[in-house]
Amino acid sequence: MLELKTYRTQVHNDWCPGCGDFGIVNAIHMTLLEMQLEPHKVAIFSGIGCSGKTPHFVNAYGFHTLHGRVLPIATGARLANPGLTVVAVGGDGDGLGIGAGHFVNTGRRNLDFTYVLYDNGVYGLTKGQASPTLPKGVKTKSMPGPAIVERVNPIAMAVASGYTFVARSYALDVRHLKQTLRAAIEHRGSAFVDVLQTCPTYNDINTKEWYGGEDLPVKAPRLYKLEDSGYNGAVADPSIEGEVNAKKGNALVKSFEWGDKIPIGVFFKMEVPTFEDQLALRMPALKDKPFVEHDIYNRDITPLLDELT
Amino acid sequence: MIGGPQGSGINSVAENFAKACIRGGLHIFANIEYHSNIKGEHSYYRLRVESKAPRSHVDWVDLLVALDRETIFGDMNKPHPTHRGHRHEVSPGGGIIYDRSLNLAPESFGRDDIKLFPIPYMDLLVDALKEFGKDKELSKYQVMVNTIALGASLGLADYDFDLATEAIREGFTGRKAALGDLNVRAAKRGYDYAKKSFGEEAFPTKLRKQPLSGKRVMIRGVQAVAIAKLKAGCGFQTYYPITPATDESEYLESHQKDYNMIVVQAEDEISAINMATGAAHAGLRSSTSTSGPGFSLMAEGLGWAGITEAPGPVVILYQRAGPATGLPTRTEQADLRFALHAAHGEFPRIIIAPGDVVETYYDTFDAFNYAEHYQVPVILLTDKFLASTYQDIAPFNGNNLKVDRGDLLRESDLADGTDYRRYRWTELGISPRAIPGQKGGIFWTTGDEHDEYGHITEAPDIRIKMMRKRMRKIELAGQVIPDAKKATLHGPKVAPITLVGWGSSKGAILDGMEDLKSDGIETNFLQVRYVNPFPTNFVQQVLESARRKIAIENNYSAQMAGLIREKTGIGMDNTIVKFDGRPFSQNEIYEGVKDIIKNGIKEVTVSHA
Repeated sequence: MLELKTYRTQVHNDWCPGCGDFGIVNAIHMTLLEMQLEPHKVAIFSGIGCSGKTPHFVNAYGFHTLHGRVLPIATGARLANPGLTVVAVGGDGDGLGIGAGHFVNTGRRNLDFTYVLYDNGVYGLTKGQASPTLPKGVKTKSMPGPAIVERVNPIAMAVASGYTFVARSYALDVRHLKQTLRAAIEHRGSAFVDVLQTCPTYNDINTKEWYGGEDLPVKAPRLYKLEDSGYNGAVADPSIEGEVNAKKGNALVKSFEWGDKIPIGVFFKMEVPTFEDQLALRMPALKDKPFVEHDIYNRDITPLLDELT
Repeated sequence: MIGGPQGSGINSVAENFAKACIRGGLHIFANIEYHSNIKGEHSYYRLRVESKAPRSHVDWVDLLVALDRETIFGDMNKPHPTHRGHRHEVSPGGGIIYDRSLNLAPESFGRDDIKLFPIPYMDLLVDALKEFGKDKELSKYQVMVNTIALGASLGLADYDFDLATEAIREGFTGRKAALGDLNVRAAKRGYDYAKKSFGEEAFPTKLRKQPLSGKRVMIRGVQAVAIAKLKAGCGFQTYYPITPATDESEYLESHQKDYNMIVVQAEDEISAINMATGAAHAGLRSSTSTSGPGFSLMAEGLGWAGITEAPGPVVILYQRAGPATGLPTRTEQADLRFALHAAHGEFPRIIIAPGDVVETYYDTFDAFNYAEHYQVPVILLTDKFLASTYQDIAPFNGNNLKVDRGDLLRESDLADGTDYRRYRWTELGISPRAIPGQKGGIFWTTGDEHDEYGHITEAPDIRIKMMRKRMRKIELAGQVIPDAKKATLHGPKVAPITLVGWGSSKGAILDGMEDLKSDGIETNFLQVRYVNPFPTNFVQQVLESARRKIAIENNYSAQMAGLIREKTGIGMDNTIVKFDGRPFSQNEIYEGVKDIIKNGIKEVTVSHA
């Protein structure tokens, strides 16, 4: 019987006390249980940094890859075996700094997988340098001065790159996160989830209290749910270009909302053929079963040699 | 040789001529030189035809076919000239076919020992087009002067035109079949014109059919690699466009439907190698192909494949002249040391450097077996020259090749509740391998040092054990793979001169040895084929008893000579190097060795600039 402990490992966890990563890994455990996914049918991929250790804490096939390279490695494995549920995770520096090229191009492919970004604005493991998502002008405690460059907008970038499910959640709202992860995994296509997250050790600006809006004149949580505000990012008919463009436009506008009010939830969603679907059009054998299960070890090369005579 | 601006269709002329020769029982060696440019810059194709299979090219030309003026005279009028024209390479008694409308005075060729064959390219083309009512569309068919030139050269050589007809037609199938007829007529116009205008005796070199020596295929390195990949069961290929590697991936993609192979054009070579490694871990034989600039980007990924003991990928490294962009369309053998040491840290890798298309096929096949058997990345080190050079060979006999997937576990081996450890300590260093999706096979893998389960550790004792486990595998490969595969001594067991080389210069060295022999200079040739595991004992044995040892390498610093000294303590007496971006010719081997023994030069650099 599948239970929560099925998905846990006994590996020593060395994240800082209070780290937002705990919320994310717990949500992953809960999501897998809720979806009743068998551990051996799941593969978790990560990059480098604190978030990179995630696979070691999940009882599923785990790939702790290189800094910034989580998406190519996950792509290769997923294409080899589309029977796997593939979840890639990584930090904001990993995905939007060193791995930005892969982030963009993976979105273009619309591979059927999920990418979870641990977005806390800092490079934690190297002791708190600014990450690509830290807003300009902000100085966290270990930085010598405020950031002097603009930040990237992960949601806008994901929409522009072609991810077909783009959402945001919050590491300390495990219920919302679980629900978002589930929707992301269930989505057919490239799903991107930007998870706002605290780094209690190095990000002394975007803290739990800050997200809770405790510094505001009228104390109120900064985060609000898109679906509660009447926003609907889902494309009803992807064949209507106007609708697709309008929904993307809405998502972009929403994605720049930041400050006293920060939206979470699904910004954009559209069902179109996946990369796997496109490959199966070219190679119908892919429809039967993944290539790892095909006998491709006894190919007849005679016709190829005949072509060259 | 045929020369012309890029885009003028020299490839189809040379390749059709070559095909016609092969079908007439003759043997060919055809290699191309071109600029990094789409249209306009000078390119040329050398086609050597012999009754006995040639393994190299030579630096002289019996018949030069010029599609433009530059082919003859070079670009000396430019502020930064790159060549003096090919008229200097025509052998005494040889000839030049060129466009009569250039109105060239015979004196302008600067030679009185060659024959000139001016052909009215455009007039003949118009005549051919008229037959099909297409003479009004001349501009559309202008490129077909190449076919006129093809016909003229066949005519001068008095070769069987029907064989050329077949070859031309095959280039135009389906909706383009009518174009085939048009091209055949154009070629025939050229053929007849040459015969009629210059007479039988004008050009003394004649090509005569000879009995076929069995079935022959005309193949170049990229095709040998690609076909071997398909034979080996490779199911996943990644690439980022780069000269000269891309041809291989395009070939595979064009055949993917029939062979079930995923081909992905990645966003860069970093992605290409990592995707391939991901697929390898997931159970599919995988590969990526690139040249130097791409391989530079792959270094990091190679290290990850190494420490995670991925069963691949197989990386095909088509060397070209570097560093950086270097000479992007020219050849070199300067990445030997780089392939050996790419990526930080120490990990096992297998590196094979085949010497010709046949070795390329078998070595590529073996590469996949090694990748899975030893769970290491394997690099096939070849180059632009071998990649793009055509030879005719007997079709590969693939029946003796066996796929070895190594210690790959089946789901039935993994009973539920087994304490599976992906990096289990074993005597040989190889751990039984599960693949994702298998029940009971869950594992973790990481680029950090790890324990048997694949979880991160920084414990010094585990680090020592894991390093030894991984490095044990290359030691094992060295013991298991026979010396016969790793190196070859060509020629007599003992000779006054031992030539030492590796990779694509094999053919030129073998042919050059025959020239030396005719001149009374006896040599043998040690070809090193495995860079890692290195055939230390074999090489040591050969070189200890060798008298004069000459390293021949297509690079500046004789990298293999250095590696041999590192492994065996034996230094070379002399070196012949070439680093002008062009491959060794047969005569350069002869000239280089003569320079050493007659002129006493210790380190020779050859070039036919």
